[in-house]
Amino acid sequence: MNKFLLKLYITGDTPRAERAINNLRQVCERELHNQYELIIIDVLEHPHLAEEEKIMVTPTLVRELPPPRRRIIGDLTDTAKVLLGLNIRTYPVSESGKD
Amino acid sequence: MVGSTKEHYYLEKLETGIPGFDHIANGGLPKGRTTLVSGTAGSAKTIFAAQFLVEGIAKAGENGVFVTFEESPLDIIRNMRGFGWDIAKWEAECKWAFVDASRQPDEERDIKRDLISGDYDLGALLARIEYAVQRVGAKRVSMDSLGAIFSQLPDSNTVRSELFRIASVLKSIGVTAVMTAERTEEYGEIARYGVEEFVADNVVIVRNVLEDEKRRRTIEILKFRGVTHQKGEFPFTVIPDRGIVVIPLSAIELQQRSSNIRITSGNLELDRMCGGGFFRDSVILVSGATGTGKTLMATWFMFAGASQDERSLLFAFEESRDQLSRNATGWGIDFEGMEKEGRLRVVCNYPEVAGLEDQLIRMKTEIEKFKPHRVAIDSLSALERVSTIRGFREFVIGLTSFIKHKEIAGLYTSTTPTLLGGTSITEAHISTITDSIILLRYVEIYGEMRRGLTVLKMRGSMHDKDIREFTIDGQGMHIGKAFHGISGILSGNFTHIVPSEVDRISNLFRSGATEEH
Repeated sequence: MNKFLLKLYITGDTPRAERAINNLRQVCERELHNQYELIIIDVLEHPHLAEEEKIMVTPTLVRELPPPRRRIIGDLTDTAKVLLGLNIRTYPVSESGKD
Repeated sequence: MVGSTKEHYYLEKLETGIPGFDHIANGGLPKGRTTLVSGTAGSAKTIFAAQFLVEGIAKAGENGVFVTFEESPLDIIRNMRGFGWDIAKWEAECKWAFVDASRQPDEERDIKRDLISGDYDLGALLARIEYAVQRVGAKRVSMDSLGAIFSQLPDSNTVRSELFRIASVLKSIGVTAVMTAERTEEYGEIARYGVEEFVADNVVIVRNVLEDEKRRRTIEILKFRGVTHQKGEFPFTVIPDRGIVVIPLSAIELQQRSSNIRITSGNLELDRMCGGGFFRDSVILVSGATGTGKTLMATWFMFAGASQDERSLLFAFEESRDQLSRNATGWGIDFEGMEKEGRLRVVCNYPEVAGLEDQLIRMKTEIEKFKPHRVAIDSLSALERVSTIRGFREFVIGLTSFIKHKEIAGLYTSTTPTLLGGTSITEAHISTITDSIILLRYVEIYGEMRRGLTVLKMRGSMHDKDIREFTIDGQGMHIGKAFHGISGILSGNFTHIVPSEVDRISNLFRSGATEEH
């Protein structure tokens, strides 16, 4: 299994950011066990990183590895979307399938 | 944060530097506020947004941040290069910063949008804008164009409220901002997606209306909260080396001093008819059918100036340089020689090469450069062909007030559509603007075409009201006696008055052997 490298861009210490972090941690622990690395980037502290990555919306989750890169925006409450976006197939759901 | 602005009891204006715009905006955009610039596709919104920053850097030493939602920064740099704006250089000098919020091509095919899972905000965009503002010390921010964010993000309510938040933050850090938005029709809702609701304080609308198969650009300030501005639509044009140039017609103050100094028309008899010549800062309209001698009159008017150490500028829209020069030579006037000595300048072009707004800018530039004492346009009717009636009238007002302001004497010729009598649309629309009107008419007398001239109007002076006969030969124009025994010359419906018996008899004796027809 490939190792996942995930970056989560958030804006400061907000409930929405907290929600996104918690939701993501849950998914990762359940699905990816120790096969992932998560970097949390606060765009208020590192605006140039947001600029480089052309991040517009927070929270934004970027799957850097494995390729291809993918972006998911929002506080990640919709777990099915997160799984689809990260391309983690734990359920026998068809690729093009239901969102 | 750059620091907060001090609260004032009144709103200040920020001079944009966009030519003509500050005039109709009574000084500029509300300072420290966001103004929405809304327009249809192709209405020059992006140019406005870019030029707002360009003029800030070039004229006011104020740096700018350009937030692009639609085109990539590279596209913008390339597209604006044609206006002579070297954005890449300013970027390198830290005077200009881009925030690239354009849609990034996804590595995976067929994905139009990012996947969305739950709520989001534009916090990252805001952080980037603030960062860029801080980095270059920007005083101006342009965001172009908002519609693209709405198409990237499905939740319009969130986007609207986030844009409102961005506008408030920009206000708190003291920058003046322009946001552009799309409209679907020229006279409909202000902008798509209800964008105007969150920056409703200041709205400017740019239009590109199709009128009589001709495009006409106008700009209108719909509202400025708390400060004044000129109302209504003003024409503007987009020209290669300058960008947007607004033509503030009705804002032009018609307060020219009127001069009592008379100048010669180039024809002594005509000067006498006008009560001693034209006024130095007046505008004279010469109307007549083709071949009645309008170009001749313009030529002599130019010559009269050039031969007494004044500079004369001739705009010719009907004849080529060679033709004009040949005509002039025929009347003993050496155009080329005068041009070499710098006393005359002849500018020839076809009216079809540019829109009337562009033509006006070009002519003003020529006048500014050459600084003439006299200007002649031969003919206005040629320009009328390429414009709408409204656009034409605005052109004439714009040009007339410009040359009067500079205390230049202007002579415009106008061609009537019919050979006999008649007036042209040109005259109907501009006769009130001109100070003097001279009519040249064909007069048919017993099967023979002769020429007649009359001074119809001479503002501020007495003038000869007769209709005088004139002839044209190798020396130019010769004005003779008044026509008698004929009426209806101006309308072209001639009536020959049967002379009374006494007159008839006296004529018989006077004319002797040469019998009248």
